[in-house]
Amino acid sequence: MNRFDYIRPGSVAEAVAAASEAGAAYLAGGTNLLDLMKIGVVAPGKVIDITRLPGLDRIDWLEDGSVRIGAMVRNADLARNPAFSAAFPAVSEALLSGASPQLRNAATVGGNLMQETRCAYFQDPLSHCNRRAPGAGCDALEGHNRSHAVLGWTPSCIATHPSDFCVPLAALGAVVEIEGPDGSREVDLASLHELPGTDSAGGIALKHGEMITALRLPAEASAFAGHSRYLKLRERTSFAFALVSAAAMLRMEQETIAEARIALGAVAARPWRAAEAETFLKGKKAEPDAFAEAAQIALKEASPSGDNAFKITLATRVLTRALTLAAKGTPDRVPALPASVFTSSEGATAHA
Amino acid sequence: MPDTLQTPAGHVRLGSNSGQPMTRRDGVAKVTGAATYAADNRPDGLAHAVFASAGIARGRVVSLNVEAAKSHPGVIEVITPDNRPALHLDPDGKSHPFSWRIEALQDKTVRYAGQPIALVVAETLEAATEGARLLAPEYETEPARIGFENGEAYDPPAVGIGGNPSFSKGNFDAGFSGSEHRIDASVDTPAQYHNAMEPHAIVAEWSGDHLVIDTPNQAIQMARGAFAGYFGIPPENVTLRSPFLGGGFGSKAIIVGPQILAILAARMLGRPVKLVLRRDQMFGPVQHRGATSQKLRIGTDGNGLIKALEHEATAATSSFDDFIEGAGNASLNMYASPAIITRHSAVRVDTGTPGPMRAPGEASGSAALEIAMDKAAEAVGMDPLEFRLRNYAETDPASGKSFSAKSLRECYELAAQKFGWSDRPLAPGEMRDENGMLVGWGMGSALFPAPMFAAQARATLRRDGTALVETSGADMGQGAWTALAQIAADGVGLPVDRIEFLSGTSDQPDGGIAGGSGHTASAGGALFEAGSNAVQKLADLATADPDSPLFGAGNTGVEAREGRLFRADDESRSESYADILERAGLETVDAMGSGGRDPANAEARAMFSHGAVFAEVKIDPDLFQIRVSRLIGAFAAGRIINPHLAKSQLTGGMIWGIGFALHEEGIHDLRSGRPLNADLAGYHVPVSADAPHVEALLVDEDDPYVNALGIKGVGEIGITGSVGAIANAVWHATGKRISSYPIHIDALLS
Repeated sequence: MNRFDYIRPGSVAEAVAAASEAGAAYLAGGTNLLDLMKIGVVAPGKVIDITRLPGLDRIDWLEDGSVRIGAMVRNADLARNPAFSAAFPAVSEALLSGASPQLRNAATVGGNLMQETRCAYFQDPLSHCNRRAPGAGCDALEGHNRSHAVLGWTPSCIATHPSDFCVPLAALGAVVEIEGPDGSREVDLASLHELPGTDSAGGIALKHGEMITALRLPAEASAFAGHSRYLKLRERTSFAFALVSAAAMLRMEQETIAEARIALGAVAARPWRAAEAETFLKGKKAEPDAFAEAAQIALKEASPSGDNAFKITLATRVLTRALTLAAKGTPDRVPALPASVFTSSEGATAHA
Repeated sequence: MPDTLQTPAGHVRLGSNSGQPMTRRDGVAKVTGAATYAADNRPDGLAHAVFASAGIARGRVVSLNVEAAKSHPGVIEVITPDNRPALHLDPDGKSHPFSWRIEALQDKTVRYAGQPIALVVAETLEAATEGARLLAPEYETEPARIGFENGEAYDPPAVGIGGNPSFSKGNFDAGFSGSEHRIDASVDTPAQYHNAMEPHAIVAEWSGDHLVIDTPNQAIQMARGAFAGYFGIPPENVTLRSPFLGGGFGSKAIIVGPQILAILAARMLGRPVKLVLRRDQMFGPVQHRGATSQKLRIGTDGNGLIKALEHEATAATSSFDDFIEGAGNASLNMYASPAIITRHSAVRVDTGTPGPMRAPGEASGSAALEIAMDKAAEAVGMDPLEFRLRNYAETDPASGKSFSAKSLRECYELAAQKFGWSDRPLAPGEMRDENGMLVGWGMGSALFPAPMFAAQARATLRRDGTALVETSGADMGQGAWTALAQIAADGVGLPVDRIEFLSGTSDQPDGGIAGGSGHTASAGGALFEAGSNAVQKLADLATADPDSPLFGAGNTGVEAREGRLFRADDESRSESYADILERAGLETVDAMGSGGRDPANAEARAMFSHGAVFAEVKIDPDLFQIRVSRLIGAFAAGRIINPHLAKSQLTGGMIWGIGFALHEEGIHDLRSGRPLNADLAGYHVPVSADAPHVEALLVDEDDPYVNALGIKGVGEIGITGSVGAIANAVWHATGKRISSYPIHIDALLS
């Protein structure tokens, strides 16, 4: 059989040391890595199980008001954590709109950030894919690509990052804590995933052997709790990746938008923070025209990478809607169909 | 519904057990894991097989690294076209109508992506998997032909299994050109893959020239004969066990190549061999619903009467075999029209061969016909239900024959009333819900034939007051173990808890085919007749015995129930089965039965189940995500043996209709021919949240002609009608007519 060493380190230092060798991969929830191993997309010679490392499954509120989430916290546990959900409701909603309960019970915060694109050509080892094999070419470019990127793509790669969780995180200025052979460092989540370039396919901006140990949300990120929504358009009511999604979060002062945080999902190789649209909304009244214009600004650089021009229209509308919903206020509780357009509960500003 | 039915013999009646909403008799076994599926079998010395799948759709394998695979630890053997032992039958031959040309390593040609190109057998599944990977095939590749535009067109000699590819009555051209309102509709349906929860699996073990196979199968005796044929042994040398299937949907009725390869490997190695397909391997060698491209024209007069109906369908099949989705034939039996034309053409593409998939022909055809009917109603300016009633077929439109029974009018009425259809605005785009969602209401008519297959059963009455009843039926999850046992219990005049019901292996009398929605009628009819024949033997014994209280009653003068025979004219005179047997000095009496249909009725009548489905969709007015918020159907299918299970079957079919309308789509790359969504993350079927309200209603129907028990079928009809109803509801919500399934967001956005 395809043999690999299974290692269960006792500390982060041991894990990093083990992972520094060639062909090593970290194993967390396994909801993506094991699938990729089974279909032959990756074949690590060494699998380093970090799920039992002490201290990585904690949610800590720090003195400066920020929150630090261990990389091994399970998606389901984070989404249902009352304090976290109250402070960052759009993040909870995004988490709960992803995958299925079984997968959310297994999947981890760190793993979600690390997950690979669901591009069918990436997942087919017989297809050409620059992301899988740099320089091989991209079969998606002339292939079945209706769900592919409309922002930040190049002919090297038109894949999208599939995460829901990362979309509001990018907008809220989340910081990723990393341990590696060269020590510790931090990266903004919004730039953790590199966009493709002229000759490169992009991908996760981690050096070999580095692991994500935690995710931090700054104190000011909770200021948006009263007006935070994640909206995910999909072609099945549940258990489907987004066709396009948007996180919209507003800090309101009476009728005026004091500050906006915006990101789009499933449109690019990274969760797409729309900084210019955020700036545009600052000081504006929360009105439909402003939201529509902000959405136009967010998508103004967009272009179809294939048979997917409709995604630009959709993304514009999804963002407009998400902003409209956010302005109405965060619902009392995460809706039964989280992030769905079929959620009827809107309004109630429970966190205002 | 009448609760009694006299058998031909007159002794026993249907209704004590049949008609009751029993829960599944095998339910506890299934939820506790005691029910063993094929892959659960682990005979001693078991070896594991994995086939290597072709990575191209057309061409030839020029090299396989057999040495690398064989030298991998645990690998026992690698079977390729170079060393494959001979088969008794040519895998490229077709020995009977249910034979498909299969891929059993007969040569190095690659005919579709995913075709088996070698079989690796190993001590473990993992070693076999790695061995298959190490084969690293190299190919001579020819361009794949995928899609209607790229394949090779031809005129098919038949559609479905032996169906007519064309039909014509009346003068279509005159009727259409003379019509006041004329519409046309173009509707495409994609390839769909069965994807039963349980993948195809087999465990094969030889003992001399006797073969035991555990494999899920919908037609056990037919498959036994077919397996025997490939290996040149008599059918009785094959024991096929298929007590439970984790879904079949048509893909487990016909033998497929991987099964033959596993049996070959077991014989070659002298060890039992297990082969279980991976999910991605379900997208090639085990059939699928072929894509169709359909065009319809309907002409009506000013009063909405159809004057001409035309339904043309182009269907995709493989490059090497023919299964043509008989979609156009959905227009033969539903609506009255003086002129009807149906016509089929076919296109060969580089995929596996399609096959029957739940409601073959009817599902795809009805999905298009109901859109055309809705357009025709719109052209006339008539309510869609009223339009269908206006064109209600009192006799079979194609043959002119009377229906054995048709209660479609009652189905329309019941479902429409339950749905609240009368409040529907005629024009589209007029309804919104409290959240501003577009709301649309649409409907479709449902129809499926009521075929029967040859079937046999045996009933044995025992002196302890119990009975053994046997037939090789197939429980695919639909509840055959329960419904058939209910019929069998009535046949022997015993409560169902006093019969031992054995089913699902080839040791039993031929239970026929669990397909075509005909299993309950076919196997049930055989079981009932076997029981009543056994009871007749008892009655013969008792009425001829001077010591019996039934002496002299004559064998038609008794009735059986609760394990006793009663004089028909004197309830006070009765005797238990046990006493009759004991006095006769017998441990058991047994009899065979075969059920079946009166040939005169079969010739004289058109036989169908009918139904009506009403759909409500909600659609976001800007983002166009679609949800079927209500789906309500009413169905008339003759005698319902178990309303609980029948409703479950029907709602399952209706939910499949949601999947057909909105989700299911096998996508092949146009260049490589490889499937791009060969897993359940990419190949969408509905989840619970997609089916918040699905309701099947049953309409009583007494069909005196379809068979002695009056049973039709409910296995497939739920899909028909539902798909079109959803598409029509989408139109009613948005004003947009769709031209292809599944209905994607971008189709409504444009």
